[in-house]
Amino acid sequence: MKKLMLGNEAFARGLFEAGCKLVSSYPGTPSTEITEESAKYNEIYAEWAPNEKVAMEVAIGASIGGARAFCGMKHVGLNVAADPLYTVAYTGVNGGLVIAVADDPGMHSSQNEQDSRHHAIASKVMMLEPSDSQECRDFVKTAFDLSEEFDTPVIVRMSTRVAHSQSSVELFDREEKALKEYTKNPQKYVMMPAFAKARHVFVEERTKKLIAYSETSSLNKVEINDTKIGVITSGISYQYAKDTLGDTVSYLKLGIVNPLPVDLLKDFCKKFDTVYVIEELDGIIEEHCKVIGINNVKGKEIFGYIGELSQSIIAEKLLNKTSEFTAFSENVPMRPPVLCAGCPHRGVFYALSKNKITVSGDIGCYTLGAVAPLNAMDTTICMGASISALHGFNKVRGTESEKTSVAVIGDSTFMHSGITGLVNIAYNSTNSTVIILDNSITGMTGHQQNPTTGYNLKGDPASKVCLEDLCKAVGIKRVKVVDPYKLSETEAAIKEEIAINEPSVIISRRPCALLKYVKHKAPLSVDQNKCTGCKACLKIGCPAISIKDKKSVINHTQCVGCGICQELCRFDAIGGNE
Amino acid sequence: MSDTKSVMIVGVGGQGSLLASRLLGNVLLAQGFDVKVSEVHGMSQRGGSVVTYVKYGEKVYSPVIEKGEADVIISFEQLEAARWVSYLKKGGHLIVSTQKLDPMPVIIGAAKYPENIVEKLKDLEVDVIAVDALSLAEEAGSSKASNVVLMGVLSTKMSFDDGLWQDALKQCVPAKFLELNKKAFELGKNV
Repeated sequence: MKKLMLGNEAFARGLFEAGCKLVSSYPGTPSTEITEESAKYNEIYAEWAPNEKVAMEVAIGASIGGARAFCGMKHVGLNVAADPLYTVAYTGVNGGLVIAVADDPGMHSSQNEQDSRHHAIASKVMMLEPSDSQECRDFVKTAFDLSEEFDTPVIVRMSTRVAHSQSSVELFDREEKALKEYTKNPQKYVMMPAFAKARHVFVEERTKKLIAYSETSSLNKVEINDTKIGVITSGISYQYAKDTLGDTVSYLKLGIVNPLPVDLLKDFCKKFDTVYVIEELDGIIEEHCKVIGINNVKGKEIFGYIGELSQSIIAEKLLNKTSEFTAFSENVPMRPPVLCAGCPHRGVFYALSKNKITVSGDIGCYTLGAVAPLNAMDTTICMGASISALHGFNKVRGTESEKTSVAVIGDSTFMHSGITGLVNIAYNSTNSTVIILDNSITGMTGHQQNPTTGYNLKGDPASKVCLEDLCKAVGIKRVKVVDPYKLSETEAAIKEEIAINEPSVIISRRPCALLKYVKHKAPLSVDQNKCTGCKACLKIGCPAISIKDKKSVINHTQCVGCGICQELCRFDAIGGNE
Repeated sequence: MSDTKSVMIVGVGGQGSLLASRLLGNVLLAQGFDVKVSEVHGMSQRGGSVVTYVKYGEKVYSPVIEKGEADVIISFEQLEAARWVSYLKKGGHLIVSTQKLDPMPVIIGAAKYPENIVEKLKDLEVDVIAVDALSLAEEAGSSKASNVVLMGVLSTKMSFDDGLWQDALKQCVPAKFLELNKKAFELGKNV
């Protein structure tokens, strides 16, 4: 049976068919749906872990315990999980272990554009790269076999366009895999120096075997056409190249991107005058070719290192062809993403913006508080950095800074890696103020449960972390809970806590307005007779409010009646849902 | 590739373009085409400009559509039609809902929403079909069904059996909203 599937959905299908028993992941665009789709198969145990490091360690444990196991993450998540990765590379596996890392060339939803192939090279772990949904399913199944055959974890590298494109996939039944026997084997699994030294020797031997395998593997496909030009490519870049160049060039499509073959590349390149290496982000394949002595390859000097490739970039660079198109005659205003109507983060950011507070920000929907008109964010680095960076900022800038700065972090991000930063604030004492934006869900990635929500991935009730108790337990004595829909109360709490000479936490608690269980009030309206057109209500950046004929109007399809704008109106012009 | 057809669905995050693209993708698959549907998830979905690509033919490689490549663009909003019209081929169809949603730069007064967008689009070398999809969706029972109204309009530009569309609706829409969406589709078809 053929079905139209997202790359991520097909990946999950591959996990199912390969007999994978355990999935543990942390959500991150564009990887999230692999785990969400896995959870729909009753044969797979699937969970959201608090972060990627935990997820990978859970999967490693399951693998050692004899099951086929998986963990998935976005590119920056692999940085968090790098610690276990670099050592599970030494221990190898018992049941097959497959790891998905989803890169985001073009940064559709990420804070950097790292090329995760570097992690595969540095950790000496095999990496495969599919180019469409069918290959996602196929490569995952092969990855498990290779993992067990070569005693190695296998990373499958996804990218946004592969993960979030649907194409047809042939479905097969699950092959159930019995739990492998577990026998105590400290030489393999206890990585203390004496044992790890021996395992490093094993790793180098394994790499040689993997290179030999990649020379002849059907995952690397040669497609010879009657041409003078050759193209070496992998993943989504293959699709762009085929789209543009069709049969006018010959191809070497690499399904194994680490380790790269040697003879296969040399033999391919010998056949052509010029060989173009078409790869997104870094020039990893190209550099490898040059290192092994291939001199007729070109790549990064033509395509550069930044952003996504596409059929038109290839057409322009290699064929000198540009496409014709029409264009609208006027300037079209940008439409950047914004905090949703009714977003509980809005009130907090308005209060921070109004009081000109320095905001150490974090990763999540609330990063949108950085843009106009709220402009309420000074820094965003990585998951959890808001809290730890604020501590460093305040250490060097002193008391004055402590009284004019806060960190903001979501509930899920706090559980991911914010808690350790808070421990540090308490332990090494700055009088910093941390605001936990608790919207009771992992928002930006599309509503995943986390340890503070009281539900697990399958939607069943689960143990719930009490943020207040947790903050107190690490040594924060001042913990206050506010409702961000109550603007003046929220503002007062922020002013009070930044002024105090001790560390404090404000929990801004209100569930995400997009959650299905959240009951909305009727939409608000603007009394056109009372509205003076002062535009005070526009300062909160609500997408439901706009100006028509110099007065405010509220879009009833969008408004959820949160009432934040009512508090801003000095003329009592907004109402109508009492 | 030359035999590949391209349809773009553009709008504002939250308007239901994912459902529309999945509907179309299922119809095309049932029709026996190779199909690729490319979606945008994550940050851009939060009220930003969103675009979905649907490509079909004997064999589809790249899932993305670029300037001057689309045979049809379906826009859920006027400004988005203006933004993405450069992706349309000369003579391509532009199905545009007359709904207007101010983007944040317009709301805060940093930019102006262009006037008479539909008329200006008609001056370009493309076939413009303007539809009050929001009113038709409300007539069908929910303002949220304008995506399916527009798919009804699209169905008149494609020569596929109505039964395929009905099957795709059944596959993609939750049962309790099926009747509403069927009505929305009919209203779009009869525009």
